[in-house]
Amino acid sequence: MAKFVVQPGAELDGFTFGECVHRGGMATLWSVSRADITAPLLMKIPRVSEGEDPAAIVSFEMEQMILPKLKGIHVPHCYATGDFAHQAYVVIERIPGATLYSRLSDLPLPYGEARAIALKIATALSDLHRQNVIHHDIKPSSVLFRPSGEAVLIDFGLSHHNQLPDLLQEEFRVPYGTAPYMAPERLLGVRDDPRSDLFSLGVLLYFFTTGVRPFGESETMAGMRRRLWRDPYPPRQLKPDYPPWLQEIVLRCLEIDPVWRYPTASQSAFELAHPDQIKLTARAERTRRDPLSTVWRRRFNGNLIEPRGKSAVATQLAASPIVAVAIDVTEGSSELNDALRVTVGRILKTLPSARLACLNVLKLGRVTIDRTLDDEGNNKHVGRLVTLKHWASPLKLDESRLTAHVLEAVDPAGAILEFAEANQIDHIVIGAGQNSFPRSLLGSTSAKVATEASCTVTVVRLPRQATPPRGREPPPDDRSIPIL
Amino acid sequence: MRLALFADIHANRQAFAACLEAARANGAERFVCLGDYVGYGADPEWTVETVMGLVEQGALAVRGNHDTAVSSSAESMNAEAQAAIEWTRGRLSAPERRFLSELPLTRQEDDRLYVHSDASQPARWRYIRSAADAGRSLIATDAHVTFCGHIHRPALYSMSVTGKMTSFIPISGVRVPLLPGRRWLAVLGSVGQPRDGDPAACFAMFDTVSREITYCRVAYDVDTAAACIRENGLPSSLADRLFVGR
Repeated sequence: MAKFVVQPGAELDGFTFGECVHRGGMATLWSVSRADITAPLLMKIPRVSEGEDPAAIVSFEMEQMILPKLKGIHVPHCYATGDFAHQAYVVIERIPGATLYSRLSDLPLPYGEARAIALKIATALSDLHRQNVIHHDIKPSSVLFRPSGEAVLIDFGLSHHNQLPDLLQEEFRVPYGTAPYMAPERLLGVRDDPRSDLFSLGVLLYFFTTGVRPFGESETMAGMRRRLWRDPYPPRQLKPDYPPWLQEIVLRCLEIDPVWRYPTASQSAFELAHPDQIKLTARAERTRRDPLSTVWRRRFNGNLIEPRGKSAVATQLAASPIVAVAIDVTEGSSELNDALRVTVGRILKTLPSARLACLNVLKLGRVTIDRTLDDEGNNKHVGRLVTLKHWASPLKLDESRLTAHVLEAVDPAGAILEFAEANQIDHIVIGAGQNSFPRSLLGSTSAKVATEASCTVTVVRLPRQATPPRGREPPPDDRSIPIL
Repeated sequence: MRLALFADIHANRQAFAACLEAARANGAERFVCLGDYVGYGADPEWTVETVMGLVEQGALAVRGNHDTAVSSSAESMNAEAQAAIEWTRGRLSAPERRFLSELPLTRQEDDRLYVHSDASQPARWRYIRSAADAGRSLIATDAHVTFCGHIHRPALYSMSVTGKMTSFIPISGVRVPLLPGRRWLAVLGSVGQPRDGDPAACFAMFDTVSREITYCRVAYDVDTAAACIRENGLPSSLADRLFVGR
């Protein structure tokens, strides 16, 4: 068969070629169109001619396997794939705009802007990890943004799908990836830990806020290996005004041992979304690197990263959920709140990496919705926070696992659902409402949450009361059984 | 076309019936049987008759070491397997024994090869335990995908154009595309005597158009299968292991 020549105007499997958009080391990108698809499209064609790096072929095969499996707004939609027998390609949705690479001349960015970017990437990573995929090449040029603001991750040639064969696993003796962003465990051949992506996110956030790459740009194996024992300069040493909460996040992402990083991307997104609630540790204030004695211990007798068994991504994520509990602080709810604490305590006891968000809804009147917080409102807000923390104190949770949130809303169920969506809550625990006036008018909050939430919801009721004698049930209008 | 592939049925009627039902529910249009229809289990007649029926309707079948041992004393086996084979020999009719002995060791269909164990020397019944074993089998043929069984533990190996091997333990129910750019060896788990720690019966579906393979696990009535083994005086360890998949 004659070799297919890619050029503007050429046709392949119904796709018509437009301009060449990008020529990279591994592949070229072409703008293409097909009559039945209105979305702008890109065709990615690997460089596989004689003498090219075999990595180009294998990483393209990985993309061919993984891209069609991916779903959602944080990845480009995949329209078609073609195989190596004729002409290898993938056709994906073209995301308009430039990658984060275009921002490199603006570094360092203001802290708030960098936080917002990192939050979007963490949210996208969380979505990707839930699909059993670890990206393994998070860096500025792998991140785009939709016009609506969400981060889109591209380039899955080095990715690992936890439920598909890993063609890169045994292909190359040296780890493949982008040296400045590569997690230390990758240098030891570990490819199944989603927390490797959090390390890369930490490198990106460090770079975007300081203008300096934490581990330099060395591409030699020896240069890369230093990160197995040598910690980076704390950002506060470079920039005295660096916010402690931001350093806490950055250095936690950059922990050498993945166990000390955030357990999941969702949990890192949660902290990025609530910087005022971050529990600051010694990391936050650090102004120097670890002393040489520590570094030497890590290097020569530490075995900090010991060989581990294979981990299933899904199992790891499932063991580290974000649980939200909705607490009613109005009078007469204490028994139910005790029951909620028992249920939440059981969940947290079995999941040491779970974190808990305690929610309370400060109900606004419909008429007063536009008022700004006056002193009284503010006091009420603070008072509720104190009550939430007090409710949680018998759980004896480490502060880094606990946050309290007072949501102000007209519709409590709507506020809880919105919080759960925005913060990727995995499990909501809520009490079944008492038979109160607003519930009978508006419907039960717990029922609405249980019906409409996209995560697991546990509805907690008070223990059974004394059973009434048979045949003598109270008349229907006298019952106080919560309706769910 | 959707293929359903079964390996190492081992006269386990309950497991095979459950897999056939699941395969039909999954839209199987063609059946492929990868050998070892008898041995260990207590329903050899029903199993062989069922396979003969499938073959009459167009299914493909190859011969395994236990099927060979029914009519040949040259096969060396452990004591339990030997006891089960001697018992089986007495249960099967002459046409059933002839059917087993006349099955081919390999079958090729399009770019797919069906064989019970290592394809480099099918009559030696070598296990595929590692990527190196899989490489030996793949090098020996030109098939794009080889399907085999014999080891009772599911695995999926691939070989790149540069000869590099990958190995993978498939996840039940997940469709894996067998990319055309490399060659694949799909080792099926066992229908009738799983040994990977999961007692559920194992088979596979393969879509010849999308080139996707799906390893499937099916719960079946282990109690009855085990009771039949005991009632027929076969070694009780053969019944016990069905409960734990070892």
